[in-house]
Order: sequence, then C-alpha cells, then structure tokens
Amino acid sequence: MKKRADILVIDDEPVITRAVQKVCAAEGMSVDMEDGGAAGLSRLEDSSYGLIICDLMMPGVGGEQFLAEAARLGVSTPVIIATGYATLENAVASLAHGAIDFIPKPFTSEELVAAVRRALRCDQLRREAAGGACPAQYHRLGCLSWAKAENEGSVLVGAGDLFIRSIAPLKSLELLRPGDETIQGSACAVAVSEDGDRHPVLCPVSGRIAEVNAAAAANPALLEKEPYSDGWLYRVLPSSLQEELGRLTQ
Amino acid sequence: MEENWLKNIWHSTGTGFKLTLAVCTTALLTISVFAYVNIRSHSASLLAEVERHANQLSESVRLSTEYDMLLNHRDRVHESIKRVGNQRSIQRIRVMNKAGMIIYSSDAAEIGRMVDKKGESCYMCHAAGRPLERLEIKDRTRVFRPAPGSSRILGTITPIYNAPSCWTAACHAHPRDRVVLGVLDVTMPLAEVDKDIRRGQLEIAVFALSAILALSLITGFFVKRLVAAPVAELVEATRRIAGGELGHTIPERADDELGLLAKSFNKMTQKLSEARLQLVQSDKLASLGRLAAGVAHEINNPLTGVLTYSSFLLKRTKDRPDLQEDLKVIVHEAIRSREIVKSLLDFARQSVPRKGEADIAAIIVRAETVVGNQFSLKNIKMVKQLDPGLPKVKADAGQLEQVFMNLFVNAADAIGPGGGLITVSSSVLKLPPSAAAQVRKAVCPKRHSLIDAGTPIAGKPSVRLKVKGSGGEGFLHLSAIYGAGGQLCDLPRGAGGPEQFACPDCGLSLNNKNLACPKCGGVTYAFEAPPWGMFEGCAVKGCGWQRWQGADEAGHVEFVELRVSDTGCGIETDNLQKIFEPFYSTKGQKGTGLGLAVIWGIIDNHGGTISVESKVGAGTTFIVRLPVSA
Repeated sequence: MKKRADILVIDDEPVITRAVQKVCAAEGMSVDMEDGGAAGLSRLEDSSYGLIICDLMMPGVGGEQFLAEAARLGVSTPVIIATGYATLENAVASLAHGAIDFIPKPFTSEELVAAVRRALRCDQLRREAAGGACPAQYHRLGCLSWAKAENEGSVLVGAGDLFIRSIAPLKSLELLRPGDETIQGSACAVAVSEDGDRHPVLCPVSGRIAEVNAAAAANPALLEKEPYSDGWLYRVLPSSLQEELGRLTQ
Repeated sequence: MEENWLKNIWHSTGTGFKLTLAVCTTALLTISVFAYVNIRSHSASLLAEVERHANQLSESVRLSTEYDMLLNHRDRVHESIKRVGNQRSIQRIRVMNKAGMIIYSSDAAEIGRMVDKKGESCYMCHAAGRPLERLEIKDRTRVFRPAPGSSRILGTITPIYNAPSCWTAACHAHPRDRVVLGVLDVTMPLAEVDKDIRRGQLEIAVFALSAILALSLITGFFVKRLVAAPVAELVEATRRIAGGELGHTIPERADDELGLLAKSFNKMTQKLSEARLQLVQSDKLASLGRLAAGVAHEINNPLTGVLTYSSFLLKRTKDRPDLQEDLKVIVHEAIRSREIVKSLLDFARQSVPRKGEADIAAIIVRAETVVGNQFSLKNIKMVKQLDPGLPKVKADAGQLEQVFMNLFVNAADAIGPGGGLITVSSSVLKLPPSAAAQVRKAVCPKRHSLIDAGTPIAGKPSVRLKVKGSGGEGFLHLSAIYGAGGQLCDLPRGAGGPEQFACPDCGLSLNNKNLACPKCGGVTYAFEAPPWGMFEGCAVKGCGWQRWQGADEAGHVEFVELRVSDTGCGIETDNLQKIFEPFYSTKGQKGTGLGLAVIWGIIDNHGGTISVESKVGAGTTFIVRLPVSA
C-alpha cells in the first residue's frame, strides 16, 4: 500500500519547498518535499499524491524531464510547473508536455493557493470526465485556454472549459482593451472566483487584440455556459500564428 | 652605399620638401640655360658692335689716305694715321707693305720694323703658306691677347688692293701685276667691352640666383601653407584616431581638394565613432541581457521565499493590525521587486519583434492617448507634424508604441512643472546600405538555419558553419554584419585555415566550388541569406572578402525618420552618450534606468537607429529611423 499525501513539492531551493509546505499546510494539506527531480521520481514509487509542484530549472533531472519520466511511469498525478526562469516559451512547452498549470516565480501565498486549488479541482473534473469535449480545430494551451483560427486571418481566443469549471462560479472577469498586445503564455485576463481568488488566463497566441467580447465581459457566466462559442474572450490579430500554433495541443 | 644614404634621406623628407625641391630644380635648370644663352648673345653682340666699328674705321682710314698715297704724300698719310690712331678707343693703326715692313703707324717707333708673317696680324692670310689674295669681311677680324693676363684686343686687317690709279700714279711705286699692295691693320682694345660683358654676366647671374631663391621661397611658403600643413594635420589626426581619440576633428580651411579631404575625414571619424558607439552598445546590451537573466534566475528563489512567507504571514495575522501594516509594506515591496525583475527579464529577452505593416502615425496617436492625460495636468502641449503620405513600416506596433510612450514620458519629465511643448515630426530619407546590411536569416540548401544566437558577434547573432581544416574540424562563426569581417574559428591551432564548409545540421557542403577568393585566391563559402540571395565569402584569416550581391544591388535603403523634440531642460553633452546605457537614470527613485536601453534594443531589433541631440536649457530631440522595407 502506497503512502498517501496531498502534495509533493520538488525544488532545489529549500526556502521554496518549505514555504510551499507552510502555505499548503495552513490550508489543511499534507506536503512532502524533495530537492531534485530524481528524488521526486523515486518518491513516486512508494507514495501517491494529489498534486505535484515541480521547479522547471533544476540540476540533474529538471522539470521537463520529470514530466516525461512521470508519464513513462504511468503516474497520472497533475503537475504544476513552477519556474524562476520566467521564459514564456518554457511555460508553454511544459503545458504541452502534460503539466496541468504553470506558476511563475516569485509568487504570493494567495497565488500559490489559487493555483493549487484550481489544479486539484481541474484534475478532479478531468477524472470525472466532466469536461465538455474541446471541438476539433481548436488549439489548446493545456486545459487553460484555446485559440481558433478564423477565415479572415484573425484568431478567436477563449478560456478552456476545465479551467473555467475548476474556478466556477465566476464573480468577475478583468479583460484587456482592444489594441492591447498579448504574448503567448502571459496572462491576458484575470478571472476572479467566488472565494476571491484571482486566476490568470494565459493567452494561447501573441498578437494585438482587435475585439473584446462585450457579452462575456458583461456576463462572466457566459464563459461557464458556452466556453467554446459565445463565451469567447478576444478576437486577436496574430503576429506569428503558424509558429505558435505548433506549440499548442490539438 | 651613398645611393642608399640618399634614398634614405629622400624617403624621410616630407612631400612638401620634395615638391619644393622639384620645382626649384626645374627653375634652376631653366634659368641657368636662359642665363647662359643670354650671356653668350650679349657678349657676341657687344663684340660684333666693336668689330663693325673697327671695320668701318679701317675703311674710313683707307679711303681718306688713298688719295694722299696716290700723290705719294707720305707725311700727310703719316699724319692722318697718327691723328686717327691717337683716339682713345683705338690702340694702333698701321700699314704694312707686301714684304711685311711697317710703313705707317700711329706708333712712330714701329715704322720701318718688319712684321713676322707668322704673327697674329698676318696669320689670317698667311696661314696656308701661300698668301690669300681675297679676304672675306668676317675673316678680317681677330681677337687676341698680346701677353697672357693682359686685356683682349680686336684687330682688323684691311688689304690694300692694287688699282689702275696705283700703277699709273706718278710715283710708279707699284708694278701692275701685284694684287695686294699691303694691309691696313687697325687694333682696338677690348678692355671696356670685356668690362661690359663681365658686368652683364654678373647682372644675369645675380638675377638668376635671386629668381631661383625667390621661387624657392614662394613655392616653399605656399607648399607649406597649402599642402604640408594640412597634410601634417591629417597625419596627426589619423594618429590620434588610431590612438582611440575618435572625437578629434580637423579644421576645415578651404573648399579645395585638401579642404574636401578634411571634410570627408571629419565625416568619416564621426560615422566611425557613431558606429563604434552602436557596436559597444550592442555588446553591452547582449552581455547585460545574459547578466540580467542570470540575476533574475538567482534572485527569484529568495524573492519567492520573502513573498510567500510575508503574504502567508499577512493572511495569518488578520487579527494583529499592528503587524498588518508592516507586513503589507514587505509584501508590497517584494511585489515591486518582482516587477523590477520582470522588467529586467523583458529587457534580457528583448523579445523578437512581431513585425507587421505598421502605420507610424497611428502608433504615435495611440501612444499619445495613453500618456496624454498627464500632459494636460502638466500644461504640456503636443504638436504633431506628421507627413500624411508616410510609408508604412514593417514593425512590431506594440513595441513601437512602447518606444514612443517612453519618449513622450521622458520629454514630459524633462519639461517639468513649468509646462512646454513636445513636437513630433516625420520625414522620409534614403541612406546607403554600407555596413547597415545585416544577415538575419541564413540557410543551407536543405533550409536548415545557420543563425546562432548563442554565439553573438558584436551583440548580433552570428552565422555558424561547420568547418574542416587539414588538422581537424570545428565551427566558424561569422559576423552578421555584411562586410564587417568579424569571425571566430575554433579549429585547433596550427591546423591551417578552413578548407571545407558545411551545414552544422545536415553536413551538406557549403563550399563555393566555382569561385576562388578574388582577393587572396582562398577557398570560399556560400549560403543563402534571404531576402538578398547568396552570401559569399572567404574565411582565410586576415582576408575577410565577402559579397552579398543582393544587398549591394538593393542600394539605398528608405527610412522613416521621426523626431521627438521637447522644450525641456536638455542633457549635458557628457551625459548624452550615456543615456542609452542600461541603469543610467536621472530620475532617481522614479525610474529603473532601463527605459532608453530597452528602446534602443527595440529600434535595433527593427534594423533602425536611435540618436539624440540636445542643448542644455533649450531642449532635447530624439531621432528614430526605421527602415521602410525591413
């Protein structure tokens, strides 16, 4: 029988693992700590977790290799990638390699807790197969957001149904304005959940916002009802679509 | 030996001296020949005058005494000759008979004496043994010195021919068959004439010498003033510039060739220092980028600790208002640090511009609307003089908006609370390609990219080729700037130069087999560098030949120039060069000092340039140039 804990946090910096442990323990979660990818993988052999928080850049086995190895071992535990080397390309890549979310360092305790709750809820929904199927021809940034190329060359952008459902019900939605620039992997909106947690919506493509969905802005519930149609967020004029779509999953 | 010595002197003297020497030698030769010819003709004409005079005198004496001779009035003949011969200009007049006896003479002591036929006065007729009967006028005169060291004397012989009146005269002195009865010999001293000739020679020599001297001095003066001095200035300037003093300029005196040379020289040094500045800036930004990324990585973990713990404490101590205030400060400052690190990373990333067709005027209007509300508060007016026909540029609109926003905010800060004016104007200009052409894309025939951002040269990603030499293989990194000649090669030392070039990905040969280097004959490489076609070059150390025909043919590049001027406090000249440096700030706590460095990076990534002009107290102008077809 495997030991069971809520969270495994892997980071080569003890200050991070201890901080995560403290914050999560205060939320009533049990936390195990490891200081490297290899140690984390061996820990998975005799223990099971509800969530893994893993640093991206570590000596030895790094975050990306950890994701690959865990998948090879058949571990289905959701993984949040934390990275101090905040390159958006790395974050996007880790999402494509199976991470459930990405949290940029340094983070506040609120941001960490919000990300943990969201990930756990998202994983639960995924296991229940409660997520509506993402239509074909939609390109996804993990389960966080989606992009759909339109005939005119513009791209429709929205939040993933799992993401929305894991933070639902929404209290409010903070959006950018037309003309603003977005960058793939950076926050393009903030969804505030009922409990006051702020959840950044990471944009799946880079470009300039041509149109904001006024209906969604006025009624965030639209995102919960029709996440892949009427609940879209932006119409974006993409700057390097083909290259960026390659980094997304379909 | 001596030749070498001369050669050394010749090589070590200045151009001005050589030029002066050449002019003077020419003058010396010309004037000497002129003087010689002049002296000769002067002497000849003086002598001819005396000769003519002597001949005329002889003829007069002969004619005036002829009648007395026919009448055989010997005393009268004698008296006439004596009187005429006593004149100062005449040395002596005498008449000799056929036998050579002196019959009459102005010197009475001579009369009756015999003259040696080999003597100077007889020589002309009697030289050939048999006496001549006819003597040409030109042959009648002779110039001689009676004794060595005495002055010269000119003598004229006039033969007295037999005439019917002579043999029919009452005295019957002369038989009919004689042709020549005797000769009249007139000698005149040439002392005066010689004195004249000597004086003439002296005058001409003095004139010639003065002319040569004057010519040398004048030529020397002008050569020194017009050639040697400006050339010396040029040489001194090149020395200084070679020593790194790029700000050195030469006074531009005149509009002649040397003046133009000075002008182009100054322009060249100006361009050189600008180019160096840009290079240094590129280099600095590249190393700073790496540093910033490293620092951000290192600082993120401790900062995460501070932020997580403090925000966690803040949440847990809601019932302790005394702690809350302090904790809020810690959280707030930690988040501020996070923003600074993020801006550092944004700067380090210098995100590749996402270029599209951009309307500069629209971008400027948008930037103005974002920062405009603070203008009205500060009593700042903004005037836009934008060309309505401005061509669109290929640019990242968002990044350019950031550039102009930043420039406007800077301008507003420079103007301060007193209010003022910000002017934005635009124009289109054409600039030559020169070293502006940069390889931004390079591919092998299988379309593998050869661009290597990991090994930048002068701050720009380099072109990487796999190379093989006789002693091993390695990589060759070429500068992306066309014609800059920068390259790094990691072939082992002593392995010889690269002989084979290949794509690092697929190993396909990139040797340019059809072309030996036109400069050194070495092996050349070739790869495609869109959009300007094949890029060829030679990797031989020290040769650096390159040809990018497309770039050469593309010719002048069209730029949109935008000038953002303010009526603010201006920038000190010493600080002007520093303002694009990272962390240089005059705003103290208000700024990070990265704004203009980021702007510089953005404009550089767009293939453009940014420069600044400023006058303390009058204002500052930022000049942004963006290529129309980048």
